[in-house]
Amino acid sequence: MKLIRTLMAAATALAVTAFVAPTFAADDPGPAAYAQALKGKRVMLVPLAMGFDLAQGWAHYLKKEVEAWGGTFETRDPNWVVDAGAQAITDAISSDTRPDVLIIHAPDLNSYSKLMKKAQAAGTYVILVDNPANFPADAFVGSDWDRLGQLEAEAAIKGCGENSSKKIGLVQGDQANSSSLYQYAGIMKVLDKHPEFKVVAKPDSNWDATTSRNVTTTMLQQNPDICSIIDFWDGDATGASAAIRDAKLDGKVFLVTTGGGEKAADCDKLQDGTYGAVVMTELARQSGDMNAIIKYLLQSGQPAGTSHTYIYTLEKATTKADLKPDSCWDLKALQAEAAAK
Amino acid sequence: MAGWLNFRSLNQEGIVFAIAVVLFVAAAIALPGFIDPNNLVAIVRSVSVLGILALGMAVVIIGRGIDLSAVAIMAMSVAWYLQLLNTGTPDGLAFAYVLAGVLAIGLLNGFLVAYADVPAIFVTLATGSFVFGYVRSQLITQDAVPVPQGHWVELLGGLRFLDVPIEVFVFAGLAFLFFLFLRYTKWGRYIYFAGDNPVAARNIGIPVRPMLVLRYVLSACVALIAGLLTAASLHSINTRVVNSTLLYDIVLVAVIGGIGLSGGRGGVRNVLVGAALIGILLNAMTIIDIPLLYQNLIKAAILLGAIIVDGIINPRDEQTAQQGDI
Repeated sequence: MKLIRTLMAAATALAVTAFVAPTFAADDPGPAAYAQALKGKRVMLVPLAMGFDLAQGWAHYLKKEVEAWGGTFETRDPNWVVDAGAQAITDAISSDTRPDVLIIHAPDLNSYSKLMKKAQAAGTYVILVDNPANFPADAFVGSDWDRLGQLEAEAAIKGCGENSSKKIGLVQGDQANSSSLYQYAGIMKVLDKHPEFKVVAKPDSNWDATTSRNVTTTMLQQNPDICSIIDFWDGDATGASAAIRDAKLDGKVFLVTTGGGEKAADCDKLQDGTYGAVVMTELARQSGDMNAIIKYLLQSGQPAGTSHTYIYTLEKATTKADLKPDSCWDLKALQAEAAAK
Repeated sequence: MAGWLNFRSLNQEGIVFAIAVVLFVAAAIALPGFIDPNNLVAIVRSVSVLGILALGMAVVIIGRGIDLSAVAIMAMSVAWYLQLLNTGTPDGLAFAYVLAGVLAIGLLNGFLVAYADVPAIFVTLATGSFVFGYVRSQLITQDAVPVPQGHWVELLGGLRFLDVPIEVFVFAGLAFLFFLFLRYTKWGRYIYFAGDNPVAARNIGIPVRPMLVLRYVLSACVALIAGLLTAASLHSINTRVVNSTLLYDIVLVAVIGGIGLSGGRGGVRNVLVGAALIGILLNAMTIIDIPLLYQNLIKAAILLGAIIVDGIINPRDEQTAQQGDI
């Protein structure tokens, strides 16, 4: 009898616990605090231009997430013009609808420093994406360009192989953009450790495909036995690849580049052998990092300009051999998704 | 001392040609591989598109105008064409649309300059921005538009005769056609009259205004050809080129070769000389591996030098200066 009573009591206790538990969940203070901190907040993205894969990818993932938590997401399109970007940031800071978070893709190390300081003084968190700048932003999200350069150089060395000419050509971007300067530094670090590999030429493309083609043509003309070329951006590496094709050196010159991991720009070209290796940014993950830091900053209660954190995206050199169906993201699919809404 | 007498009669074209020859000889001696036939072909090829655009610009400048919309038309027309193809528009229809668009912009440029009397520099600056803005925002989704696989534009890029890329032949062919047009056709000769003194040309019965329209249409069509060749070689077109210094390089090639911005002077030969100098210079500097910053500096210094020498040898006075000199 006593046993039955005990069992019943236990069962009642269990039932009560089971009943009470959901009430606890309903009282979870998290969602309410989250919603209160984020609701109605404004996030603005000012990339170098809205017309290229990275910016369109970031905008897609950011918009989706920001609108899901009840915020407003906007972009500005300076179309590669530094002044237009400065104007967009100035307008944003002084407008009635000042953004709470400003995500800036800096064109060089210094151009926007004063404006970013102004934004922080007005209470706007500043997040730098992709290109570092000489400015203590609240957060930097993007590639460690030095490391990225090292990965490119390692891929080039591997692509050349032991029995090659060990001659490498570089097609740099320019001499002002941090992504170009740090990338070069990273490449040279690795090549210093492999003194048998020589850089035979290192012209600039100024990020232009036609220039890239012309300098690569000259480079191959002077050194037909080059085993690998590193072009600093997939946006102009189409020029280097055209020069290799024209010199009938397809398959003999291992072309390494870096890009946003877009399907048509990177994976398709790895597949057809245009590129030997691409150090790709995992765009969805990078956007996820941005989303996380936005949510963190808006809830932290910390004044703008007081935190300085670096969130580097994990990079990897991808070759045809390790291409997977999900190695790249598909801009066309994202655009179709946006159009369907 | 006949040489010195010749020197006195040197004009800018002669000076630039001399600089080009000196550079060529110096590079041939000092730089291994420069004189290699393949490298010479590469030099001509590297300035082919630039030279084609400069031909169109030259005709406009000789008629005392300027076309700042050339690069925008070149990039945006082809970007739109490729975008139409990528979204499934039949090739013939897509090309008809684009050709109509290019002709329309050329006509608009010409009409505004000839009949509305708006200065060419403002008209073409505005239409260039309009073309870029409209096509970029309304008609295409990306800065870079790829050529569809196996399309004739892609095959065009691989075309070679005697191992020489197709651009070189197109450049040569267009240069010859422009030469014939400017030298041997009535309307070609009229361009010089109209450029030298538009009012007088009109008074003697030359159809100055319709001819002006024709020049801008011609320039627009040349830009389309240049764009197609660019896309053919790169298998894509990147509209970022509109923001680049290409437009200034086109004017540079025309002006450095000796086509006066005040109109009425110069011809195809000047374009060829200007293109040769730029091509040799860029190639030699790339072989020496001079960074881009210094390349621009050297390019600018040589241009400045040529202009200064021209100013000393051919000083401007009331007789040579013209109304409308820039």
